[in-house]
Amino acid sequence: MTRLPGILTVAAWMLALLWLSPLLYALWAAFHPAAFMAHFRPGAPLTLDNIRDAWTQAPFARYILNSVLLVTSVLAAQILLCTLSAYGFARFDFPGRDLLFLLVLVQLMIVPEVLIVENYQTMARLGLVDTIAGMGLPYMASAFGIFLLRQTFKSLPRELDDAARIEGCGALGTLWRVYVPLAKPTLTAFALVSVSHHWNNFLWPLIITNSVSVRPLTVGLALFGAPESGVSWPMISAATLIAILPLVMAFLIFQRQFVQSFLHAGIK
Amino acid sequence: MIGTPSRPTRAVTGWLLVLPATVVLAAFTHLPIVTTLIASLHSRATAIRPARFVGLDNYRSLAADPVFWKVMGNTVAFAFGTVPVSIALALAMALWVNRRIAGRGLLRLAFFLPTMLPMIAAANLWLFFYTPDIGLLDQCLGLAGLSGHNWLGDPSTALPCLMAVTIWKESGFFMIFYLAALQGLSAELREAAMLEGAGPVAYFRRVLFPLLMPTTLFVSINAVLNAFKMVDPLFILTKGGPSNASNLLLYYIYENAFSFNDGATAATLTVVLLGLLAVLAISQFVLLDRRVHYR
Repeated sequence: MTRLPGILTVAAWMLALLWLSPLLYALWAAFHPAAFMAHFRPGAPLTLDNIRDAWTQAPFARYILNSVLLVTSVLAAQILLCTLSAYGFARFDFPGRDLLFLLVLVQLMIVPEVLIVENYQTMARLGLVDTIAGMGLPYMASAFGIFLLRQTFKSLPRELDDAARIEGCGALGTLWRVYVPLAKPTLTAFALVSVSHHWNNFLWPLIITNSVSVRPLTVGLALFGAPESGVSWPMISAATLIAILPLVMAFLIFQRQFVQSFLHAGIK
Repeated sequence: MIGTPSRPTRAVTGWLLVLPATVVLAAFTHLPIVTTLIASLHSRATAIRPARFVGLDNYRSLAADPVFWKVMGNTVAFAFGTVPVSIALALAMALWVNRRIAGRGLLRLAFFLPTMLPMIAAANLWLFFYTPDIGLLDQCLGLAGLSGHNWLGDPSTALPCLMAVTIWKESGFFMIFYLAALQGLSAELREAAMLEGAGPVAYFRRVLFPLLMPTTLFVSINAVLNAFKMVDPLFILTKGGPSNASNLLLYYIYENAFSFNDGATAATLTVVLLGLLAVLAISQFVLLDRRVHYR
């Protein structure tokens, strides 16, 4: 590999700096008194007041708990439902299979948030408005997860099935003892993509929730920063940092896996 | 002796395996598509009068609604404004990060980090850039001796402000697809091109760019899909305003359904969005299918 010409390296760094600047600015605003929010002086005093005030003015701990509950329940259900049906699609012959799989793929394009109006009415009929279950249910079967796992299952040699059968495993036993362990990288990739998607999801949670005990972090943050709430800019910065911290920390620790997973998931 | 299970038994097992996921998918994707279509053919239900069948009336009134056309124009402008720029930046980022460059890891991190943030948080971070007078954008202009500007309150700049946030958030995501494609290319390719006397520009134009075409196609279609469904930053930055100057299709659906309580119009708009997504889905299928023959 040859070295890049100097001017291109400088351009790359300028763009990177521009890309980081909103985050760097939020860090500045969150850790300095409001008087310094637009005055960048090296010696400006540092403070944790904004973080503390944001944390006490809105129930962020509760929002984080709600987001964690949402993300884990969606992920658990997705892994169960997608693994079962991917196995069915990959290894079993049944009438209507191909048509059914084509119908599953429809959800790759038409995600539940496009159908907010009808899905809201369904949730109202089921009595699930303003519940974690109502917030997660439309996502619990993921076409994307089914597709990804089916590809993986299909790539495994069929001889493994026969071996498992001779050992006395039934269909579910084979899935659990042979397929699931071999599909671990795919499951990890899917899990990371799913968790970051649902941690960040906004429109559907906004519509379906209306109380503090259910609202996830994104919705809580949007309400906190709304102009009507009259919260100061440094506090909004602090709250935004609180909201992104868990995922950014996870990302910094598992950077390689994240990038690999998004790639693995995107190339389909 | 353990025999192979009979065909019918395996068919039943197969059905049972796919059943739970299929039920959930049908309940929250396929059924709502059908009921949306039906609702779009019915009048708006009020407390005293239930919805009745009106045929294509909702579509006619939508076609006569200038706000609808404004929103459609915005949505298309948003797609055309964000997709080419994000893709060009993504390609530049990938080419940089793929080469030996000082601080490669940090560069990759800087480009990819916005992808990980919730769009709501990203919009919050950008809100301060756009704030009139005290915002960073106006302060920079002030240093250059220019006067401040109400970026989000001016109809001519509100939509471009949303585009900038989206480009910032999505370029790094598209970068990784290019990065994967670049890493799949052989190292001799470049040397061969150089031996043939191709300069860096010719190498990019004649060799690299054509070879990356499948990736560009894949990324473009997904980027357009995202653009048509874009909604989150509007809640923070503009609420679709001023006077619908930055309103996008999904936000307009939300407004009709949950602010104006007009389920019939919301359903009709949803059908329009579903139609757009279906066209894109089919074009992806056709275009990406043809790509296989090039290999």
